[in-house]
Amino acid sequence: MSHYYFIPHTKIDQILSYFEGNGYKCLAPRHLEGGISYAPIRKAEDLPWGYVDEQKPGHYQITKTENPQAFGFTVPTASVKPMLFKAKETVWKVKRDDSGKLGFESVVDVEKIAVFGVRPCDLRGIEIQDRVFQHNSYNDIRYSKRRENQFIIAMNCGTSHFNCFCVALGDYPRADKGYDLALTEINSGFVAEIGSDKGRELLLYLEVDAATGAQVEHALNLIDNAAQMQHKQLPPIKEVEAKLMANLEHEAWDDVASRCLSCGSCTNSCPTCFCHTERDIPNVLGTETEHTREWDSCFSIDHSYTHGETYRENPKYRYRQWLTHKFSTWRDQFRTKGCVGCGRCVTWCPVKIDVVDEINTICK
Amino acid sequence: MLYTNDAYTPHEAEIVEFIKDHHDIFTIRLKFIDPELDSKYSFRPGQFNMIYFYGVGEVAISIVNDRNHQKGRFEHTIQVVGRVTKGMMKLQTGDKVGVRGPFGTSWPMAEAKGKDVVIVTGGLGNAPLVAATEEVLQNRNEYGKLRVIHGIKSQDWLIYQDMYERWHNSPDTKVMMATSNEDPVDNGKWEWKKGFVTAYIPELDIDFANSVVMTVGPEPMMLAVAKEFIKAGAKPDNVFLSLERSMKCAIGHCGHCQLGSQFICKDGAVYPYPACEKLLAVKGL
Repeated sequence: MSHYYFIPHTKIDQILSYFEGNGYKCLAPRHLEGGISYAPIRKAEDLPWGYVDEQKPGHYQITKTENPQAFGFTVPTASVKPMLFKAKETVWKVKRDDSGKLGFESVVDVEKIAVFGVRPCDLRGIEIQDRVFQHNSYNDIRYSKRRENQFIIAMNCGTSHFNCFCVALGDYPRADKGYDLALTEINSGFVAEIGSDKGRELLLYLEVDAATGAQVEHALNLIDNAAQMQHKQLPPIKEVEAKLMANLEHEAWDDVASRCLSCGSCTNSCPTCFCHTERDIPNVLGTETEHTREWDSCFSIDHSYTHGETYRENPKYRYRQWLTHKFSTWRDQFRTKGCVGCGRCVTWCPVKIDVVDEINTICK
Repeated sequence: MLYTNDAYTPHEAEIVEFIKDHHDIFTIRLKFIDPELDSKYSFRPGQFNMIYFYGVGEVAISIVNDRNHQKGRFEHTIQVVGRVTKGMMKLQTGDKVGVRGPFGTSWPMAEAKGKDVVIVTGGLGNAPLVAATEEVLQNRNEYGKLRVIHGIKSQDWLIYQDMYERWHNSPDTKVMMATSNEDPVDNGKWEWKKGFVTAYIPELDIDFANSVVMTVGPEPMMLAVAKEFIKAGAKPDNVFLSLERSMKCAIGHCGHCQLGSQFICKDGAVYPYPACEKLLAVKGL
């Protein structure tokens, strides 16, 4: 068997009908509300044909072009994270009867979801969150069941935006693992690689041929081109990890804190941030309560509140917690780095703080 | 959690006894309703449970095991500090709560064998060390001297009085107490001092080099206690502290209890002094 296959654009509808026939809800990047975001898709024409994006610190803009590609943009506004670790969900319910008896019930809401077009950075984000919610002493059954029921079509990058920095982290804009199929979009279709039995079955269903040598070369050149478009540089990650923890009192923390609004845009857009809070929402009759899990941010002042004491009351401490966690202590906790270089925290920062610049200032 | 596939969801437990300890401190003695859970549930001294109060939420509370050596029951001593604990103050015998646990690391009971054991607590920091003290007393021959030092603001804040009296009258065991805000009155039972718990440390009749110290209280108190013991000759690795940070999940998922690389909920809360010395030295970490 050849290592590479070619799926023409004309087969996209077949992919979608395969998912429908196998009980998957298919989510793909779509042009919505001025951005490219994951949403349910029914037909090939729902894809954001011709759209390209521009991302800079504090800036996001999409433009419709004559580009004949469906995936000509870089990363969607949000990552895959909300499909697995939802922004808000009920994790359990409790009913209380007249005698005061409490009946607890786990809530595990799982859909079979196929994601069509996951960038390599976001794929690494999933792998990192697997370590948080599955391989971390305790398993979250909601997350695990969603992972088991997920079909992933990765989409290698043909372009990078200004804030992209996966290469500076030692990664590459090509999917390395964790996908069922990995595609690279070239003229009129995709060069495909198989990552799992599920992916192989889909390819068999599509009845596609092996890619030609020229098609493969074109695809690999596009990926190399995307990598070369990235201009940001960082010291080796091990050096970053050591230097950040050795410079906890560096004056740069005060400087970034004077600019940071503590808004949490960075943590909300991050593919790996996992902090959440829990909340009880009782009904008015006092007979039933829903217990929710909702995204929280280490930039919120409540995050470190422990009866009577707020340990990180100063924004400097909160920014330092976020950066040192992502780029240093994450390694101790999960044996991997906490950043995938997608650049969303830079794009969505309202005051244009660039995490790479901040790291370089402290690690100089 | 050993008996469920979902670490997020609590289990129903009944309050078999509600004890009012002080004006805003109370103890609830619990048992699980599910007989299988009730029979299988076990914990180590120093671990904690998440206690759920209907309609309000959960709080992390250490397990006090327990002033009457009761089997098949577990106790929590709670002070009113927030919404959940305020609601719990109104609980009565027979009421139901939710419980998840046990969570966290435990006191070094094996490591302490053959050594003198010193328990140093401040305020309600005595609750998380009741179980460890009882374990020493129940296996009295396996440990050296036992010294219990407790600090409170004033004598009317003393809880567990009968228990302290029993401890003080146990073989080779002494209880000592300090009050920080007023001159103590001799109660004729054990020694009192005006001041802080650290005042007792230099004069302790123990083998410091062969001792294990377990301390719970406000962070500045624990650090002062650790330094004083090390100065007196205790090995830094044999001084253990229990840290506290906000906990929503107790399983290392919610991120609230992070201190440096540590999730206090699952990697702690009990740490040897050298592990937390640097972490606590940096303000706002």
